[in-house]
Amino acid sequence: MSDYVIPVFIALIMIVGLIKRVDVFGEFTDGAKENLRSAFEVLPALIALMTAIGMFKASGGLDIISAAISPITELLGFPSECIPLAIIRPVSGSGALAVFESILTDVSPDSFPGRVASVMVGSTETTFYTVAVYYGITKVKKTRHTIASSLTADLTGFILSALTVRLLLH
Amino acid sequence: MIKWIFSIMLIASVIFGAITGQIQQVCEAALNSCVEAVDLFLYLLGGMCMWGGLMRIAEKAHITDSLAALFKPALKHIFKGLDFNGRAFHAICMNITANLLGLGNAATPLGLEAMRRLEEEERPGDTTSRNMIMFVVLNTASITIIPTTAASMRIKHGSAEPMEILPCVLITSACALAAGLISAAALDGIHFRKRNGK
Repeated sequence: MSDYVIPVFIALIMIVGLIKRVDVFGEFTDGAKENLRSAFEVLPALIALMTAIGMFKASGGLDIISAAISPITELLGFPSECIPLAIIRPVSGSGALAVFESILTDVSPDSFPGRVASVMVGSTETTFYTVAVYYGITKVKKTRHTIASSLTADLTGFILSALTVRLLLH
Repeated sequence: MIKWIFSIMLIASVIFGAITGQIQQVCEAALNSCVEAVDLFLYLLGGMCMWGGLMRIAEKAHITDSLAALFKPALKHIFKGLDFNGRAFHAICMNITANLLGLGNAATPLGLEAMRRLEEEERPGDTTSRNMIMFVVLNTASITIIPTTAASMRIKHGSAEPMEILPCVLITSACALAAGLISAAALDGIHFRKRNGK
């Protein structure tokens, strides 16, 4: 069913375009050309960020930080299995999926930590990647409180993942 | 801010790598991550051109005008001083539509288009504008209605009810989004409550 969404979305745009007598091919290539140039603006930010993330993931720092903060999260009723996921989630989308995969391999998806991890993956996004790529295309250097506010959203999401699962599913 | 995250992650990974004895992996990552970045760039490049082209057709066919009219009542509380008939707002509406439909691959190129247009309209120079912050926060919080990735991973690992998490996901993402937007508005020194309260 979900396989229909993108093709139908595209077909709808084309059908309405043809009805409104838009030069669909000419406008498509014009729009694509404009973005081709701006795409190159993102590359430097991507290289910087992915190098930092790649090196950090390889260093094993994630496990050290997880172990260090587990006493605090234990108090909040947050499952310790999900701490690595909470740390990697704002930083790397593919990294978060790998950690999610390993959590579901260790515990059942229908267990408490399995459900909390599922809600975390379903309700948050890759914050740093988004911030770096979105600002990477502009000339903006000072992002003010963008990251602080985005991390507020992530933290709220993590705490509520555990809370809603506890209240609604257990 | 991003400057500190970038440098701290790089320096911390060398220190952690030395502690855990994984410095060899850190070295490999240092050499190979830039290649992965170019792979991702090529992936984004195709998507940006494709969705940029479709976006242009949608605009010429006035589809984006209808979307803008649909989203304006909700979004006028979030974006202040934005031209709601302008090109930036049209791209924002397309980005939100793609996000709501769970089309992550389409949402990013459309979001980048929106950022570029916001920059053209608001000319913030090297310091971000309030509307840019709001838009980025909106995209860093998830506004997907159906958590397809999480559900498919749960099916793969033999969950009895893969979609049972849906109510939790909806409540959690709505609260997370609200927390992000409210903190952004509060940090901007704007009386968010006064505007929303009737």
